[in-house]
Amino acid sequence: MRIREHPILRFPAGGKISFFFDGREVEAFEGDTVAGALTAAGLRILAHSRRLGRPRGLFCAIGNCASCLMEVDGQPNVRVCVEKVRPGMQVCSQAGKGRLL
Amino acid sequence: MTGGVRECDVLVIGGGPAGLCAALAAASCGVGVIMAERDGHLGGQLAKQTHKFFGSARQFGGERGFLIAQRLAAEAENAAGIEILTETPVLGIYEDGVATLLHRGGHMKVRPRKIVAACGAAENFLAFEGNDLPGVCSAGAAETLINAQGVLPGRRALMVGGGNVGLMVAYQLLQAGMEVPALINHAPQIDGYWVHAAKIRRSGVPILNSTTIKSAYGNGQVEGAIICEVDENRQPLPGTERRVECDLICLAVGLSPLNGLCQQAGAALAYIPELSGHVPVTDEYLRTSQEGLYAAGDAAGVEEAATAMEEGKIAGLSAAVALGYGGTAAQEALTEAAAELKRLREGPMSERIRRGLAVLRSEVIKC
Ligand SMILES: Cc1cc2nc3c(=O)[nH]c(=O)nc-3n(C[C@H](O)[C@H](O)[C@H](O)COP(=O)(O)OP(=O)(O)OC[C@H]3O[C@@H](n4cnc5c(N)ncnc54)[C@H](O)[C@@H]3O)c2cc1C
Ligand code: FES
Repeated sequence: MRIREHPILRFPAGGKISFFFDGREVEAFEGDTVAGALTAAGLRILAHSRRLGRPRGLFCAIGNCASCLMEVDGQPNVRVCVEKVRPGMQVCSQAGKGRLL
Repeated sequence: MTGGVRECDVLVIGGGPAGLCAALAAASCGVGVIMAERDGHLGGQLAKQTHKFFGSARQFGGERGFLIAQRLAAEAENAAGIEILTETPVLGIYEDGVATLLHRGGHMKVRPRKIVAACGAAENFLAFEGNDLPGVCSAGAAETLINAQGVLPGRRALMVGGGNVGLMVAYQLLQAGMEVPALINHAPQIDGYWVHAAKIRRSGVPILNSTTIKSAYGNGQVEGAIICEVDENRQPLPGTERRVECDLICLAVGLSPLNGLCQQAGAALAYIPELSGHVPVTDEYLRTSQEGLYAAGDAAGVEEAATAMEEGKIAGLSAAVALGYGGTAAQEALTEAAAELKRLREGPMSERIRRGLAVLRSEVIKC
C-alpha cells in the first residue's frame, strides 16, 4: 500500500516501471527501493534463515543489518532495502548463502 | 593519484548531519574534503524526519528534519572543496593510513591526512519469542518507508519503546494513516519529551508504562503480539499477559554507535552505557587515540541531531586547524561550537549524556 494523502509530505511518483520477483511481475515507481516496492505490493517475506528456513523481512531499511539479502540479476546477498529498482530487474529469493556461479 | 591511491586533506565518512557539518566546516577553512556516504542520498537519519526541531536558529529550530537535511546537503554540494561520493561505503581504514571505498563496483583507495568518522548508529534489536517474524522492524525502518518512500509497512503498528524515537515515530505512523493500538514502555515513565507524548495521547494512543513485549505471533508474518506488565525490576508479571492485534511491531529500543571503522583503525574504545555502548575515546576536540582520526555525532555517542551538527563542526574545524588551515577565524569558530555544544547539553534531558562524557573524557588520560 502507498500513502495517498499526508499532512506534511508529498510523494511525487516517478514513472511506472515493473520488475520481477521470483518470476512474477511487480509494479513499482522509479526511485523505489526493491524492498519498498515489494512492501507496497504486500510482499513482506524477503528471505529465509539459513539453517531453519524461517521467514525474514525488513528490519532496519537503511542497509545496516543484512535481514533483507536477495539475489538481484544473478548477484547474491544484495541488501534490497537500499537497492533501487530498475525496469526488468530480476529479484529472486536467495537459497542459503547464495552462489556467484 | 600515486599508485592508484588518491591523496586528500580530509576524508569524512558518512553524510548525515555530523558528516555534513564536518565537511562544511573543514572546507570553509580551505581544506580539500572527500565525503563518502554509503546511501544514495545525503542527510543520514535526518533525511526522513518530519518533526520540527526545538532550539535556536543555529540548529534550525522550528524547521523539519528532512528540510534541514536538504539544506545542509545543498550547501555541501555547492561548497568549493567538497567532493561528495554517494553510494560509496567506506570498507576499511588500514595500518598505512589508506582507506578503501567501494565506489561504482570497484575499490577506490584514498590516503587522507585526517579522517572524520561520522557513521552514525544502528538501531537495537530486542529478545522475545517470534522477534524474527517479518513485520518486526525498527522504528527507523518504518519511518524510512513512510516518510522517504511513501510506502505503508502495515496497517496497525504496536510501538515498543517510550523514548523520543518511539514517541515521534508513533505520531508519524498516525500521520501516514496507520493505526497505533498502543505504545508500550518497560520503564515506569516515558524517557522522552512530554510534548511528543502529549501529541500521541491526544490522538488516542494509549501509552502503557511498565509493560513489555513477550512474544510476536503469526503465520509466516506478524499477526499480533502478547504484551505483559513488568515489576519494579523489569521482570514480567505472570497473569498480566494481553493480546494486541497488529501487523507491525516497531522496536524503538535505542541505538548502538557504529564504531567498526574506528576500532579497525586502532582507536581505543570505551564502554559507556550513557552514550549507548562502545564509543571511541575522544577528547574535547573529538580526536580519538588514533593519530589523525576524529569521531563525531552518533558514532561518538548516541545523542541527537543538533548535537551531532555541532560535533561535526568541531571535528571538521579541529582537523583543519591541525593541518595548519583556518587561522584565528577557525579558532574562534571552534570556541563558538564548543560553547554551543555545552549549552545544548545543559538541560535535564542531557544529564545522562553529561555523566557519560565525564567518564569518557577521563579515559583520555589512559590512552
Ligand atoms: C528513527 C529515528 C528518529 C529520530 N528522530 C529525531 C528527531 O526527530 N530529532 C532529533 O534531533 N534527532 C532524531 N533522531 C536522532 C538523530 O537522527 C541522530 O542523532 C543524528 O542523525 C545523528 O547524526 P549523525 O550524522 O551522527 O548520524 P546519521 O544521521 O546516522 O548519519 C550517518 C551516515 O553515515 C553513513 N554511513 C554509515 N557507515 C558508513 C560507511 N562505512 N561508509 C559511508 N557512509 C556510512 C550512513 O549511511 C548515514 O547516512 C532520530 C533517530 C532515529 C534513529
Ligand atoms: S533491512 Fe537491514 S540491511 Fe536491509
